[in-house]
Amino acid sequence: MLTYIVKRLVYATPVAIGVSVVCFLLVHIAPGDPLTAILPADATRELADQMRAAYGFDQPLVVQYGLWLWKILHGDLGHSIATGRPVISEVGRAVGNTLILATAATLIGFTLGTLFGFVAGYAHGSWLDKLASTLAVVGVSVPHYWLGMVMVIVFSAQLGWLPPTGAGPQGSEAWRPDPEHLRYIILPALTLSVIPMGVISRTVRALVAEMLTQEFVQALRAKGLSEIAVFRHVVVNSAPTALSVMGLQLGYLLGGSILIETVFSWPGTGFLLNSAIFQRDLPLLQGTILVLAMFFVVLNLAVDVLQTALDPRIERS
Amino acid sequence: MTALSGALADLVPNVGRGYWANVALRLRRDPVAVGAALVIVLLVLAAIFAPVIAPADPYKSSMLRRLRPIGDAAYLLGSDELGRDMTSRLIYGGRLSLLMGLSPVFLALVIGAGIGVTAGYVGGWVNMLVMRVVDVFFAFPSVLLAIALSGALGAGIVNSIVSLTVVFVPAITRVAESVTTQIRHHDYVEAARASSAGALRIVGVHVLRNVLGPILVYATSLISVSMILASGLSFLGLGVKPPEPEWGLMLNTLRTAIYVQPMVAALPGVMIFLTSISFNLFSDAMRSAMEVRS
Repeated sequence: MLTYIVKRLVYATPVAIGVSVVCFLLVHIAPGDPLTAILPADATRELADQMRAAYGFDQPLVVQYGLWLWKILHGDLGHSIATGRPVISEVGRAVGNTLILATAATLIGFTLGTLFGFVAGYAHGSWLDKLASTLAVVGVSVPHYWLGMVMVIVFSAQLGWLPPTGAGPQGSEAWRPDPEHLRYIILPALTLSVIPMGVISRTVRALVAEMLTQEFVQALRAKGLSEIAVFRHVVVNSAPTALSVMGLQLGYLLGGSILIETVFSWPGTGFLLNSAIFQRDLPLLQGTILVLAMFFVVLNLAVDVLQTALDPRIERS
Repeated sequence: MTALSGALADLVPNVGRGYWANVALRLRRDPVAVGAALVIVLLVLAAIFAPVIAPADPYKSSMLRRLRPIGDAAYLLGSDELGRDMTSRLIYGGRLSLLMGLSPVFLALVIGAGIGVTAGYVGGWVNMLVMRVVDVFFAFPSVLLAIALSGALGAGIVNSIVSLTVVFVPAITRVAESVTTQIRHHDYVEAARASSAGALRIVGVHVLRNVLGPILVYATSLISVSMILASGLSFLGLGVKPPEPEWGLMLNTLRTAIYVQPMVAALPGVMIFLTSISFNLFSDAMRSAMEVRS
């Protein structure tokens, strides 16, 4: 097991370096000089050259990357052009909110998804299966930003039950698990949960339907085990796959919540990215993407290791 | 020599045509597939013949007739926040929305198949290098990568298509590479090589024929994601710019109207949803029609 973890870590390192290269290059694929956002329009050539030297933009790309990486490894993601504050603190605040939203959505999606998946898998081919499968297709096909709008229309504009935007009362930016704040997370979390719900329900349905045809289930039944005991075996055997899909979905939601956060003005990384893009705040854009992508790499690693630990049948080279 | 390899190629049982005919037959018998295909064809036709079908000019605004409800005497599906005819804008909107949703998948199919087949066929360190680069792109959630790229490149139709293409190329490359690597060591490819068929001929005759099926199914399943993402980029203001009619952008500009005309505001999303679910259902049907190998 330990050797596997080490191997997996060794394998993840070049991927992590690759991710950092892509994030580094983001600033350089941007049209125009990376300085244009900082420099006044009437800046002299001399001033521009001085700034270029100060920021290290006059160095070859490889040197720039090295310097950039060195700073990052010391926790310095640069400064936001718009606010002047360190990128790391801006991202840090937003990441917390995004994590809360993504976790809530994953939990709702996982619960509903496994429920639908089990029902569909057990009732394979029946109308219940068709209904659950339809829900799953709707879940993966619906444009979630539109669903968010529809949720706001129904539950805020029409019924007036829940607040349409924000993370808490009086524009509160720090979400806390109290009843007031809970009202604010319901709509965005429900909207976002539709994606993992669809994916997990499809996975579990296929798993369960396939497992019920396998010999070990027949053997259990032949042994005279009650249907509930058989069900327990099915659950235990499908858990590793279902859990790993859930882990991956959490990762996708970390990056995928940007549109939902925009619809609900949720003060997370998506919201931050949105403002970074429209203010052409490239350091902030770069830093946010880097942090989210690294989260995803680490999460993938954890899921992989956890899955191997849970399911001894998986032997990987 | 080419004559010999041609003769050998003819000896290989020609399963290609029969197989595809079977797939088409199964698809025709699947009511869901037929329904989904019908919706897709109608949407495409409406987009192509928009100038003929649309009842009004999609750009003509009227400050006096803003946000009319659905079923209004002058506006069948209401009017938007600038008093433009929603029916016409939804029909015209399909042009850009479909173009921006479909072209990344098509481009990625061509580029990804090219890279994947080359990497799989050449093998060795080239394959290794290509697949490690693919791994790096897989380390980004697709939405995040799309937004990062178009955020850095700036708003625009071309930039958004380029970003989405970059998002989809690695996935298709991976499928094409894995199928090619599998086939490369099959006896008939060895036989073709032994009969001194050139690499181009082997790839063209044997590899592409086998790779095309899996990557086509995979690419079809990506269209739904691509439609949602493309409209999503416009929704964020990263794709189409006003006043062009495009479903995602329309959804965004109508957000302010959700308290006045909620039904009208939700309409562009209905179009995205309809397109995306039709492509998803069709791709599911295609997958199951192709899986049953006789």
